[in-house]
Amino acid sequence: MSGYYSGIIILTCINLLAVLGLSLLTGFTGSFCFGQAGFMAVGAYVSTLLTMNYAAPFPLALFAGGLAGLLVSIPLGYPTLRLKGDYFAIATLGFAEAMRLIIENLEKITGGSRGIPGIPTHTNLPLILVVTFFFVWLVRNYVSSRHGRNCVAVREDELAAEAIAVDTFRYKQISFAINGFLGGLSGAFLAHYVGFIQPSMFGIPQSTQLIVMVIFGGMHSITGAVLAAIILTALPEVLRAADAWRLVAYGAVVVLIMIIRPEGLLGSWELSKDSLQDLWSKLQARLNQYKEQRLAKAKE
Amino acid sequence: MILQQLVNGISIGAVYALIAVGYSLVYSVLNFSNFAHGEILMLGSYVGFFALTQLNVPFVLSIALAMIGAGVIAILMEKIGYRALRLRQAPLLYFMISAMGLSIFLQNFTIVTIGPNFRTYPDVLPTQPFTLGNLSIGRIDLLIFAITVISLAMLTWLIYRTKLGSAIRAASYNMNVASLMGINPDLIVMIVFALAGSTAGIGGVLFGMKYTVYPWMGALTIKAFIAAVVGGLGSLPGAVLGAFVLGITETFAAAFVSSEFRDLFAYTLMITIIVLRPAGLLGTLTQEKA
Repeated sequence: MSGYYSGIIILTCINLLAVLGLSLLTGFTGSFCFGQAGFMAVGAYVSTLLTMNYAAPFPLALFAGGLAGLLVSIPLGYPTLRLKGDYFAIATLGFAEAMRLIIENLEKITGGSRGIPGIPTHTNLPLILVVTFFFVWLVRNYVSSRHGRNCVAVREDELAAEAIAVDTFRYKQISFAINGFLGGLSGAFLAHYVGFIQPSMFGIPQSTQLIVMVIFGGMHSITGAVLAAIILTALPEVLRAADAWRLVAYGAVVVLIMIIRPEGLLGSWELSKDSLQDLWSKLQARLNQYKEQRLAKAKE
Repeated sequence: MILQQLVNGISIGAVYALIAVGYSLVYSVLNFSNFAHGEILMLGSYVGFFALTQLNVPFVLSIALAMIGAGVIAILMEKIGYRALRLRQAPLLYFMISAMGLSIFLQNFTIVTIGPNFRTYPDVLPTQPFTLGNLSIGRIDLLIFAITVISLAMLTWLIYRTKLGSAIRAASYNMNVASLMGINPDLIVMIVFALAGSTAGIGGVLFGMKYTVYPWMGALTIKAFIAAVVGGLGSLPGAVLGAFVLGITETFAAAFVSSEFRDLFAYTLMITIIVLRPAGLLGTLTQEKA
């Protein structure tokens, strides 16, 4: 496979890891997070500093990147997850911006706004594919477990969920922590793929793009998130010429989705053996119906 | 030095107040924050800019045009992006997402059509500052302060002294009961968006004069949103108070700590306030009801 295509696949996986966490947090648990780029920044810088200054092995640096995201999410989530929707969204945005400002101003450690060049490019296709598949599988199992259903209950009606003894705050914290881990991991992969990081890579546009992917694919479907990450990462590569209009279209599509089909591309449909069989039998039923109609017409 | 910083803080706080009031106004009636408010401000600023440079209208008229333009855009925004959700009683999450979509759309549409470059407002006032003893006050800052005070006074009069204002306040207490009393909810929402939009239009012209006009200047309103949150979302006096608290905190942090960490102070102030007093300084805490 040529470098160009494997590059696109790697970028897709990087986005997908971050989108996966957001899908769990925003799509399934209902907390609108505007600051995924902040977690990516934490993961990217922690892993980079480990590989560059301490010659840490790459898998360890990756894990540390994810762990750093998770560790940041706990003290951040403790006060903010109790807040209502708007406040939580703006608090996460504030967190991401604060991260960016801190990194920009800790010039001795992070190189300030000029960033860190010459990061060893350890990220390779087989590794990231395995890791991504593993986490997709993990999150998918999580959301279809009892815990996942509790998350959905929190999203649908927090008060009612509490009334049936769901520890709403704990489930939000777990989702936030998983989101932090995946964001950090994604950032660590990104740093070791591009080979260069600077604070401006982790600004508001990055957070926005990730949340658009979650909405586009279908907020209640992991399959949708995967599909959206693939389409929305590959599409800009194909449509390089129309780059300026891409974001205009993103905005319009997001508003349209909310007005017409708030559940997104796939809604809550998941790819699985059962759902495929279900689809197949529906298709066959349609076909049979069609054949019978043809037969009936022929008889006439 | 301290007095000078206080003057600077009040001057920046005044613009925050004007924009924060727009956030609070929408929140008080609809219980959600219009995150695309900044884009209304940006477009209002462009209207004012083109009125001044292309149509060569006097300054006062350019403000009026910016108000009208931004008001119309705000109404359209509500009709296109929020009305369907409102009628469906969609969850808050959808409003926020729709707002984000509108914001991405308007910002990038402006970049594609008008262009990404920074544009400087023509000088409406001489640039040398007034000096008062040791204090120096920019003429523009003085003008901004005057315009803000006048607009806020007019808005206060409208909300607290007119029949329309009492309809808006009734709707903000309880939209359903208000509509039983013969208040047309659609009309009230439209008027509220028009009011919020036109204050954002004025804010846009003032920001444009103080800094420049550019497509992503809407991001500046994050500060005004923080001010609204600090003062208590939905409370108009709270928004004004929050704006001045934020403006003064910011300038003091920039002067005495480090100007790079100015924004960090703003976010820290907000998070501290919402953790200690979730309803903000002057807001009333509303319990979620089943």
